[in-house]
Amino acid sequence: MMTQDNASAKASSSGNGSGSLPGGTENVAPTTRKDWASDQEARWCPGCGDYSILTAMQLLLPEIGARRESTVFVSGIGCAARFPYYMSTYGVHSIHGRAPAFATGLAIARPDLDVWVIVGDGDALAIGGNHLVHALRRNVNITILMFNNQIYGLTKGQYSPTSVQGKVTKSTPFGSLEVPFNPISLALGAEATFVARTHDMDRKHMMEMFRRARQHRGASFVEVYQNCNVFNDGAFELVTGRAVRSSNLIPLVHGEPIRFGEAGEKGVATCKEGGLCIVDVDASTEDQVLVHDERREDPSIAFQLSRLARGPFEPTPIGVFRAVDHQDYGAGVDFQIAEAKSHADADDLAALLRSASTWSVR
Amino acid sequence: MTASSLGAHTTKELDRVVIRFAGDSGDGMQLAGDQFAAVSAAFGNDLATFPDYPAEIRAPAGTLAGVSAFQVHISDHDILTPGDKPDVLVAMNPAALHANVGDLAPGATLIVNADSFDERALAKAGYESDPLADGSLKHLVVYEVPMTSMTLAACKKTGAKPRDAERSKNFFALGLISWMFTRPTEGTIAWIAKRFARMAQVAEANTLAFKAGWNFGETAELFASNYEVAKAHLQPGTYTNVTGNTALAWGIIAAGQLSGLPVFLGSYPITPASDILHELSKRKSFGVRTLQAEDEIAGVGSALGASFGGALGVTTTSGPGLDLKSETIGLAVSLELPLVIVDVQRGGPSTGLPTKTEQADLLHAMYGRHGESPLPVIASKTPSGCFDAAIEAARLAVKYRTPVVLLSDASLANGTEPWRLPEIESLSRIDPNFATEANHVDEDGKKEFWPYLRDPVTLARPWAVPGTPGLEHRIGGLEKLAGAGTVSYDPANHEEMVRARAAKIAAIAADIPLAEVDDPHPAGSSRVLVLGWGSTYGAIAAGVRRVRARGKCVAHLHLVHLNPFPPNLGDVLARYPVVLAPEMNLGQLSRLIRADYLVDVRSVSKVMGVPFKAAEIEAAILDALEDPDVGSPGGDGPPESAETAETSEATGSLGGAVAVEAGA
Ligand code: SF4
Repeated sequence: MMTQDNASAKASSSGNGSGSLPGGTENVAPTTRKDWASDQEARWCPGCGDYSILTAMQLLLPEIGARRESTVFVSGIGCAARFPYYMSTYGVHSIHGRAPAFATGLAIARPDLDVWVIVGDGDALAIGGNHLVHALRRNVNITILMFNNQIYGLTKGQYSPTSVQGKVTKSTPFGSLEVPFNPISLALGAEATFVARTHDMDRKHMMEMFRRARQHRGASFVEVYQNCNVFNDGAFELVTGRAVRSSNLIPLVHGEPIRFGEAGEKGVATCKEGGLCIVDVDASTEDQVLVHDERREDPSIAFQLSRLARGPFEPTPIGVFRAVDHQDYGAGVDFQIAEAKSHADADDLAALLRSASTWSVR
Repeated sequence: MTASSLGAHTTKELDRVVIRFAGDSGDGMQLAGDQFAAVSAAFGNDLATFPDYPAEIRAPAGTLAGVSAFQVHISDHDILTPGDKPDVLVAMNPAALHANVGDLAPGATLIVNADSFDERALAKAGYESDPLADGSLKHLVVYEVPMTSMTLAACKKTGAKPRDAERSKNFFALGLISWMFTRPTEGTIAWIAKRFARMAQVAEANTLAFKAGWNFGETAELFASNYEVAKAHLQPGTYTNVTGNTALAWGIIAAGQLSGLPVFLGSYPITPASDILHELSKRKSFGVRTLQAEDEIAGVGSALGASFGGALGVTTTSGPGLDLKSETIGLAVSLELPLVIVDVQRGGPSTGLPTKTEQADLLHAMYGRHGESPLPVIASKTPSGCFDAAIEAARLAVKYRTPVVLLSDASLANGTEPWRLPEIESLSRIDPNFATEANHVDEDGKKEFWPYLRDPVTLARPWAVPGTPGLEHRIGGLEKLAGAGTVSYDPANHEEMVRARAAKIAAIAADIPLAEVDDPHPAGSSRVLVLGWGSTYGAIAAGVRRVRARGKCVAHLHLVHLNPFPPNLGDVLARYPVVLAPEMNLGQLSRLIRADYLVDVRSVSKVMGVPFKAAEIEAAILDALEDPDVGSPGGDGPPESAETAETSEATGSLGGAVAVEAGA
């Protein structure tokens, strides 16, 4: 279900952090997909999964009544990071790994903006890992979309922090020795308040995840399985391929039992040894199936869900793992500022300069 | 309590005195010294201070590594430095004595806490025999005062445990020195009450110890006299005593108000810059947003992000942090957005000397980025000057849409001086001049916004902030097409953009003050120009005064703008046969001057983690003047009055500096 949520939680109309900014944004006409496309021709490889993500975004934003002037796309470096150039919004193509840091300052200074952060797996998890986890931990009001293609595309095919062990690439000719990150587990471990996964083969699902992520006030993290058809083709085929999707993608729907398979014949349940396991659902096991609760404060079940698959080659959950309301960092800052400003002469500079002991010379 | 009321002592007048409080880093020497300075400032002396403390928070007690010292120079005339040599050293333990005694000239006064001179403490401090007994201090006037036991006796009635009461001994020392220099006591007693308001017992113990120290001076027939240092004749106005870090933080707040831009500080804690973060974090009532970032990179990254959003983005750091920020500063050069980067320099390379001062980041600030990435560099020359320097950095950043590096250093950061407060109304406004409408018409007659269409005068690009309808645009670190700002790999365009960025920064020369030389001598009579920048100002100016007091001519120019240089700098340099450049590095300004003006600058280097002494500058100038290459020593000018010259003769002992006996 798509809903109109122009007054979204991401772009609050409540406070403009900057006192002297020009421009009013009232009563703008509805927009169409065309309005959101910039005049730059997208230059990803033909067949790249990035195209479908871009389309999903360009369809979503007009649909939910977002405003171009208050939307900012911030990216790092990599194939994914070209994204802002193709949106006719404000945009910054920043530095490899640093997009969450740049966006953090922007979002704190401007709580009225809708700040999207577009990063890849190398960008977000290798060179920018530190910024990612801290942006999530602080719950800065930004929406992070991490395009995970399990490879370095722009630099032409080296393994990434999400590449599977044994992966043969230009820089691992004998196979990668490294244990990959599980981005969802990492985000949950970093105290993220909104964590979701989607994939580039399902536009409707992507749009729904992006909409939910934007609606969440605070840091949202969405992992997008994205096919790099040049350097890592088919990395997610075993779970996202049309033929296998129903048996290998586990849709997470809040309040619903977690079931999958052509006829919902499989389910996720708590196993006897603890942890989660996949069970065949029948009359005897039906009530053991876990009911998904994305609002659960304790992230441990969400974490267990993130560990259900060892990689995108066995049944893998997609959807919202966690969505809990915590105060976002910028709101906390604004609250403290409002409180401090409420005192008389709060911003009297002359008084500040005289706040230590002073003396007069005549 | 006045010294003369009891008539037991004579009171002598001094024109100036340098006192160093030294003890273990847990002994509260910084606090005692700072309060002595505050009381002296309020009394009306001119003063300068130099805190010197170890990098370790608590080095092993009683060791040389753990010694912390605070030097304060007070005078009845305007002074420029914290003083070369202490006239009075207060040493709370053998290690403090050992670490500092070498700086004392014969005849200087030494006051030691005699209780701390036991065998163990002596051994820890590296003494093989007791210096109080072995005659090694014969050249000094030594007072052995049992500070610990007298503090314990004084604090007995508070009921504090001896271990706690003992901690008030710094206040005993402060009381004694306050008596010795006839400081008013009310201010300190009131300050103790306020500072320790939440710890009644500590407040009481400190007050009792302070009074005991004072009374000891007054009643013990140990001291033949105490001293007065009269008020200085300072310019009329309201004064406060300020450190460079505080002045800098206030300058940033002022710049926010003058520009109407909300301040955003992204910073990561680092010595000696952290106090700027602390001060700004307190000032939320001014709308200041501060973020203690996860690292130095995020500190500057978040600041640049805030600038993109229309804030005044600021980041503060020291050398190692500047290394890490280089990449983002390069992005700021490319994005052409306002950004202020404050580098409070310390000894390097690497972790180096975190609490000690140095000026060795100048070339880093100038060139520490890949590619051609010029930016303005300015440096404060005094602690209070950090206020103006911060406003100037913000002005250049906003007006020219550029990152600006503002250089301070450890000695400015923590050093204090009386500051005549500016009238807020006298400060010039900074116009952010946001873009509000399209600035270009395309072939089809459609209005559009070109983010890199430069202002013909400032060469700055328009600053369009998100939230402005119709001006949506995308920018990034990739090379941009001149004007339109879209990505461009065109060879000729790249050259055009590289040159445009350089020209923009170079053109700032027309918008900064001309270099003003301090040269009171008839034209042509000064053969030597001393060229400095940053915190060496005080030492150079004092050294120059000393040379002039000898009847010799010398000129002094101190640069605040280091990139671009003032437009008349070349002309000024050409007027002097010899240019002497004292720097706390191996000659970084010298290289820039040589490169830009083909002037054979003589570099005077000191890289010991401590500031130049006036005497060292004096010696360097005299040396240059004696050099036959300098030509005729030329027109010896009239000597400056010895009173305003911080002459070397006047340092070293209280006896030597006595001008008049006021007597009892
Ligand atoms: S290299 Fe891979 S990720 Fe990059 S544009 Fe080409 S297909 Fe897409």
